[in-house]
Order: sequence, then C-alpha cells, then structure tokens
Amino acid sequence: MSKFPFAFLDEQSKKEIRRAVLKGVAIPGYQVPFASREMPIGRGWGTGGLQITLALVGQRDVLKVIDQGSDESVNAVNIKKLVQGTTGIETTIHTKEATLIQSRHRIPEVPLRSDQIMILQVPEPEPLRSVERSEFKTKQLHAEREYSGAWLLLFEQIMRYNQTSQGADYPVLVHDRYVMNPSPIPRFDNPKIHNSDALILFGAGREKKIYAVPPYTKVESLAFDDYPFEIEKFEGKACKVTGLTDVFLDELTDEQTGETYYLCNDTSFMQEYLEKRGTVHVR
Amino acid sequence: MFDKPILQIKNLSKQYGEGCSYCQHENAKLERNFCPVCKTVYACKNISLDLHRGEILGIVGESGSGKSTLMKCLYFDEETTTGEGFLTDYFNGNENIFTQSGQQKRFIRNSLLGMVYQNPMLGLKMDFSSISNIAEKQIAAGNRNVKQMVDRSNALLDKVNISIKRSKEPPKNFSGGMQQRVQIAKALSSNPPILLLDEVTTGLDLSVQAAVLDLIKTIQRVMQISMIVVSHDLAVIRMLADRTVVMLNGQIIEEGLTDQILEDPQHAYTQQLVYSLL
Ligand SMILES: Nc1ncnc2c1ncn2[C@@H]1O[C@H](COP(=O)(O)OP(=O)(O)OP(=O)(O)O)[C@@H](O)[C@H]1O
Ligand SMILES: [Mg+2]
Ligand SMILES: [Zn+2]
Repeated sequence: MSKFPFAFLDEQSKKEIRRAVLKGVAIPGYQVPFASREMPIGRGWGTGGLQITLALVGQRDVLKVIDQGSDESVNAVNIKKLVQGTTGIETTIHTKEATLIQSRHRIPEVPLRSDQIMILQVPEPEPLRSVERSEFKTKQLHAEREYSGAWLLLFEQIMRYNQTSQGADYPVLVHDRYVMNPSPIPRFDNPKIHNSDALILFGAGREKKIYAVPPYTKVESLAFDDYPFEIEKFEGKACKVTGLTDVFLDELTDEQTGETYYLCNDTSFMQEYLEKRGTVHVR
Repeated sequence: MFDKPILQIKNLSKQYGEGCSYCQHENAKLERNFCPVCKTVYACKNISLDLHRGEILGIVGESGSGKSTLMKCLYFDEETTTGEGFLTDYFNGNENIFTQSGQQKRFIRNSLLGMVYQNPMLGLKMDFSSISNIAEKQIAAGNRNVKQMVDRSNALLDKVNISIKRSKEPPKNFSGGMQQRVQIAKALSSNPPILLLDEVTTGLDLSVQAAVLDLIKTIQRVMQISMIVVSHDLAVIRMLADRTVVMLNGQIIEEGLTDQILEDPQHAYTQQLVYSLL
C-alpha cells in the first residue's frame, strides 16, 4: 500500500478534516460540514469515522475499532487493516491500550481517559430530520435553538408506546445549546458522553458532517419532567459467561435448546474480565 | 370594543419580486396587483387594521386579493416587506413584531397566536397522532410535562367534538371536517389571545361547514378569543364577523360593521359582491 500517503488521505484533506474537528470542539454539538472524500469502503460503512481517524492518526497511536461491541466483525477488521496498511501503527482490542477508538454503535465499558479520543460513526447526524426534511430549515432551527421537533418526536413515542421507544441514537442536549444525535449507541451509553474524560468525535461520511463533544462537557438526554430518561435495564439478567450485570447485554437464543441467554455486548471487555479471573473464554 | 386594540397593523406591504423604476412610481398603473414591466406581485399594499379584544374581524375578497398573504405575514409564515404590527400582549404593544428576531417571532407565534389553514396539510403533521399535533404548540411554547399536555389536548378534543378515544389516530385517518377541528384544537392549545382562520370551511360539505362555523362561534363566545376570519364567502362573514374589511388587488377598499357593509356597501366592487350574493 506504499503508493498511498501516510494514513491514506493527502495532507490537504487531513487539514480540512482537522479544521472541521477543531471547529466542532469549539462549538460542542454543532454539525460542521466537511468535504467527505471517497473512501475505499462504501459510504454508510463508517467513512465519516474513518476519515476522522485517518486525519488524526500519528505514528505513535494505537487504534481500536469496534462494530456493535465486537472487535472482530468484518467491518471493524477492514477498517483496522486499512489504517494499519497505510500507517504501520499498532492496533489493539484492549480499550486501555488504545489512543484512538473508532466505533459503530457502542462506547466501550472500560471508562475512557483524557489521553484517548473516541470516534463514533454516524449514519444520520440531524436530530430534526424526521420532522423537517429541508437542510436549510434545520440549520435555521439549530441557529434559533428551536427544538420543539425533537421534543415532539419523543412525545409521539410516549403517545404510541407509553414510553420513549427510542433505543439507540437517543437525542441529547449538549452544553445547554445544541441538540445532537449521539449516533446509534444504546441509551445505556448516553451518560458516558456527559462529562467524559475523553474527547468524543462524530463523523457522518454520507451526510458530510463532523461534530464533537469536548471533555467535561454537559450532555443531557432529552426528557419530559414526568417521563425521566432511563437507560436500558437488564433486571434479573446476567451475562451467561461472566455473570456480570452492570454492562450492556445482548440477548441471544441457543439454537439447540431454544433457550434465551445473555452475553456482554462488549466482547473485548468480556475477554479481559475472563483473563483476569483466569477463566478460559469458551464460546 | 372601545379599549386599545389587541392587534394593530400599520401599512403592511408584501411584494413578491424586487420592483422596478416603473412600478415604484407613485401613480404606476399595475395589472391588478402585478407590474407588467418587472413582474413583481404586490400581494398586500399598505394594509392597516385594528383587531379588538373579543372581536371577530372578517376579511373578504376575491381570489388573489391578498387575504392569505396577509394571514401568512401575521403568522410569520412569510416575511413582510414593510409595515408594522403591534400586539398588546407583547411588550404592551410598544414593539413592532415584524422586526423581532426569529426566536421572538417564534415565541409570538407559539404563545400569542393560533392559525387554522384552509389546507390542513399546512397546519398538521398528517402521520403524527392527533394528540401530538395538538400538543405540538404547547411543546413549542415550552411545556415539558406530558400529563399536563395530554389533559389539555383531550379537553380541547372534547371541545371540538372529537372523541378522546380517537386522540391517538393520525389526522390522515380523519374526514376534512374533523381535520379542521383538530387544527382548531391545535391553534387553541397554547391558549392564545388571537386566532387566525383562513378559509377554514372552504371545500367542506355544507352541513359540515355549518357545524365548524358553529364551533368557531361558540369558542369565540366562551373563550373570548379575538379572531380574524378570512373568507371569499360573504355568508361565512355574515355569520361570524362583527366587523369586516374588503380587499381587492392587495388593498383594503372598504371597512365597517359587517351589517353595514352588507346592507349599504359603498365601494362599487363591494356592491357588486353583495348584490351577486343576493
Ligand atoms: N410565493 C408567491 N410568489 C409570487 N406570488 C405569490 C406568492 N404567493 C402568493 N402570490 C400572489 O399574491 C397574490 C395574493 O395571493 P393570496 O394567496 O394572498 O390571495 P387570496 O386572497 O388568499 O386568494 P384565494 O381566495 O384564492 O385564497 C396573488 O396574486 C398570488 O398569485
Ligand atoms: Mg387564500
Ligand atoms: Zn416593476
């Protein structure tokens, strides 16, 4: 892959992306437009996150990539290969070892540190899109801090399902100013964005937007006074392998017995836990 | 009726197009409201009117006379070109509402005004439940309590004679008359002192029309809301409006008590309008 520049993108492109990132950091939750490049993976497969990763990665960085909690999914592996092939940097599955973490649909269970950067892949950056199709108008609504549309969506869910049915991508208010889609992470991960030690960046390749939540920023999930925000609860359920209860669990079905069981969604976290206990990880 | 008007409009104009040296001249001859040279449309020209507390003001005029444009300017759907507007409930009528910031205009629109459009597609989200549609205005006015909004919305549905059992159905399931009722409930939901109604019965069956008009009359009596009712139908104006203004080519050509205008029209155009109805 030596015919490519370091980290695949040319310096011009990287600079443009870094500028967008800086602007995003300066205006927490604000969607900064950028000239999303063609990537060797399809748009909608994490090109936004990937471009941020490529623009930020340096020779001493260690990269972790996860897809819905798994380091080994095809998509995560392909992204790692591309970055590694064009930079020669190390990759890891251990959250603690990583300096850059690119992720789809999860924030790891291991708490992030201030020397780490979390990069989330975003399919739809606009929290008002389903009530307002025009980009021109949603921009105006953000400028005027007019978020009735986002509240209306939650209200409608309560009317239909008697609760806010939104599992993933539950909207948040950042720094008391911008309403933001946190990307399709479960509600379980929303509180991790609030006052995070790590910088969190969001990249939407198809929609050509970058936004950011700088460390120690106030991030509140929207909620009506009498319908408080709640994370997913796994009451009475535990990971079948580790017995853990305070993590995000996946519900699975045993194909032979038809029985339902649960596993940690964050597989590297599960593995680390088992290694620490000296148990072999059998699946 | 003799206190300070709740709404005052002064010299409101709305044009579509830039205008040119020809049509900006004082005595320029326009084709109705249209500049033959630069094709600018002068949809509203120097409209001044007062609305008093508890009053229903009728606006009547032929198609294209600028009635809807005026309503849209008042509700900030359209930017006015020039002119002033004052609401007694907004800074005591001392601030021109048309030059406020977007945020302030939203506040006025969500808290002080209610709008019912001729076409319910413009006023409602057809795929959202009716109760959400009604609550939307309360949400926009800053309410964050679900129970309060549900209670208020249900009370309004009851007021406009829609069964609460159907509150969670989307308006697209409803007949035209019911959709207008949902719009009315929505317009009332933040308890605004002023309601704007643009041809709300046009396109409805006669019996349905009568029921909706009845409802409007009742609401006005019970809630003491001030209303501007736009119609090209003099029968509607006759039934609802205390006072009426007649518009033609973007201008007010006559105004007065509704009875007076219907019995003794002064302007040739109004005479024609009234006599053709008889
Ligand atoms: N967006 C626009 N661009 C250009 N001209 C417009 C626009 N909207 C309205 N007009 C023109 O402004 C004039 C007034 O239109 P308006 O809709 O206010 O009339 P109206 O009195 O409500 O008529 P109707 O009884 O048919 O509803 C018309 O000549 C119309 O063609
Ligand atoms: Mg009209
Ligand atoms: Zn002209």
